[in-house]
Amino acid sequence: MLINAENMDFKTLNQKIRECGHECHITGCCGQRFIGSGMMDKEITIDGIAGNALGAYLNGANITLNANAQDAVGDTMNEGTIIVHGSIGDAAGYAMRGGKIYIKGNAGYRAGIHMKEYKTKVPVMIIGGTAGSFLAEYQAGGIVIVLGINSNGRKIVGNFPCTGMHGGKIFLRGNTNDIVFPDNVCVKAAEESELKQIEPEITKFCSIFGYDLKEILNSPYTIITPDSKNPYKQMYVAN
Amino acid sequence: MNIEGQVRIPSGCAIAAVISKEGKKMTGEKIIEAMKPMHDRSNGLGGGFTAYGIYPDYKDFYAFHMFFNDRSCRKNCEVFLKERFEIIKSEIIPTRKIPSITDEPIIWRYFVTPLRSMLASHQVDENEFVARTVMKINSEMPGCYVFSSGKNMGAFKAVGYPEDVGVFYRLEEYKGYCWTAHGRYPTNTPGWWGGAHPFTLLDYSIVHNGEISSYDANRRFIEMFGYKCTLQTDTEVITYIMDYLLRRQKLSLQDAANVIAAPFWSTIESIKDIEEKERLKFLRTVFSSLLITGPFSIVFGFNGGLMALNDRLKLRSMVVGEKDDKIFIASEESAIRVMEPNAENIYAPSGGEAVIVKVKDGAF
Repeated sequence: MLINAENMDFKTLNQKIRECGHECHITGCCGQRFIGSGMMDKEITIDGIAGNALGAYLNGANITLNANAQDAVGDTMNEGTIIVHGSIGDAAGYAMRGGKIYIKGNAGYRAGIHMKEYKTKVPVMIIGGTAGSFLAEYQAGGIVIVLGINSNGRKIVGNFPCTGMHGGKIFLRGNTNDIVFPDNVCVKAAEESELKQIEPEITKFCSIFGYDLKEILNSPYTIITPDSKNPYKQMYVAN
Repeated sequence: MNIEGQVRIPSGCAIAAVISKEGKKMTGEKIIEAMKPMHDRSNGLGGGFTAYGIYPDYKDFYAFHMFFNDRSCRKNCEVFLKERFEIIKSEIIPTRKIPSITDEPIIWRYFVTPLRSMLASHQVDENEFVARTVMKINSEMPGCYVFSSGKNMGAFKAVGYPEDVGVFYRLEEYKGYCWTAHGRYPTNTPGWWGGAHPFTLLDYSIVHNGEISSYDANRRFIEMFGYKCTLQTDTEVITYIMDYLLRRQKLSLQDAANVIAAPFWSTIESIKDIEEKERLKFLRTVFSSLLITGPFSIVFGFNGGLMALNDRLKLRSMVVGEKDDKIFIASEESAIRVMEPNAENIYAPSGGEAVIVKVKDGAF
């Protein structure tokens, strides 16, 4: 079903999405917040700029956005998929606990802040371009992948990545020599077995956005994990 | 008017701006529209706009926009103004009666020029004289507030949602080459007419989304130089800091940005360009009390340009786009798309990265 969102407030828009059937195509979107929040069993396609907290608390629905997204995409999402054919603002995947976010372009500051996982629920976020500062701040679980496509020589990750990280994994593609990591994480070249784990995600990313899988895989990858021997060592008190 | 201490409203903000690098004039309608998709960032307790280039017929005179609590306040203030200025024109600022804006003070506009004799006896230039006069009125004359005091520019602000404030002040009747806008959601201070953004001094204006943790440290420092923080909210101090750094210390915009949103020492240490490193060290050391901490995204307007800046941690959102001669800035991309659906090169500046836009020479 088609929904024209022009001049519609976010509450009405979400009401219409709930009322329409399984598939729903929103046009004329311009900054409405909370689109698809908490929804399950829906296929939502959006034309236009989605507002803050797109897919917050998402619980199984699939959202495809054909433009840029604003802040807090997938805030606390539990299950489902968010695909963004553009860039996203700050704090994407905030406290995400399940599901997947695929971003073609760049992510703002604090992508993956406080992502977490439990048993089989492992959230994944793939950023095609570059990520801003404080990537995966306080990460507690899940997987963040930054591919750095079209980075044109710029740093693929900003300052202070992994601050307070104590769980999960980050994969960075390409050169990471100019990125400064904190003492509380282990940084090393990803081994083949580790890359195997994320290959299905990268395959999906390439098929969604039309990239050549071989070319994307044919690059060194760095894996970052917390130094879990004593993650809080020296962070707050001398212990 | 109840002020901070008498009321507390437990409750973010929205900012937007557009500037034509060619100096082409625009009415206020577009910037009002831009505030609509960001409606939920405000709560109706303050909205305001700054427009540059709107008084071409009076461009050599300072335009004072003033709030008065009542008629006697205005009469007293006019007596005071006449002792110091030649008043070229005085008039009510035209407004519309609309249900969404109520309890307005008396809103007046004066075009003035300082009396030469006063400048001579105070031994100051006219900008300094005007700035001192503004401070004097705002701090010593109860019920009188100067909320705009620059040449060929003006601030318009009120308690209400910004899109209503724009209609209230009939901004479609003004033409400017640069507009900034603010929707307020006060967190720690009351929503009152003087507390709405923009905050201005001379032609400098600030619209701000955020909350300054360093407010009192900044205030104590800046008050040593004759500035008086009287408007009961944090943003005011940023305006005075910019005036101090630019007009009095003659810093460049870039330097001023590196003072208020100075990089971390660790970031400065990692810079390889020695000259750049020394410059940043110098600014952080000399003006350490003017570092603004806490979340902010601001648009700073001045005659002939604007500067957008985020705090160094980037705790607030800000997006920049362009199309032809125009640069657009807003808290959200949706606001830019309303002003220009085909805006290009949309990007979010990093924390502490100043975006400086100037109108080409002679075009304003």
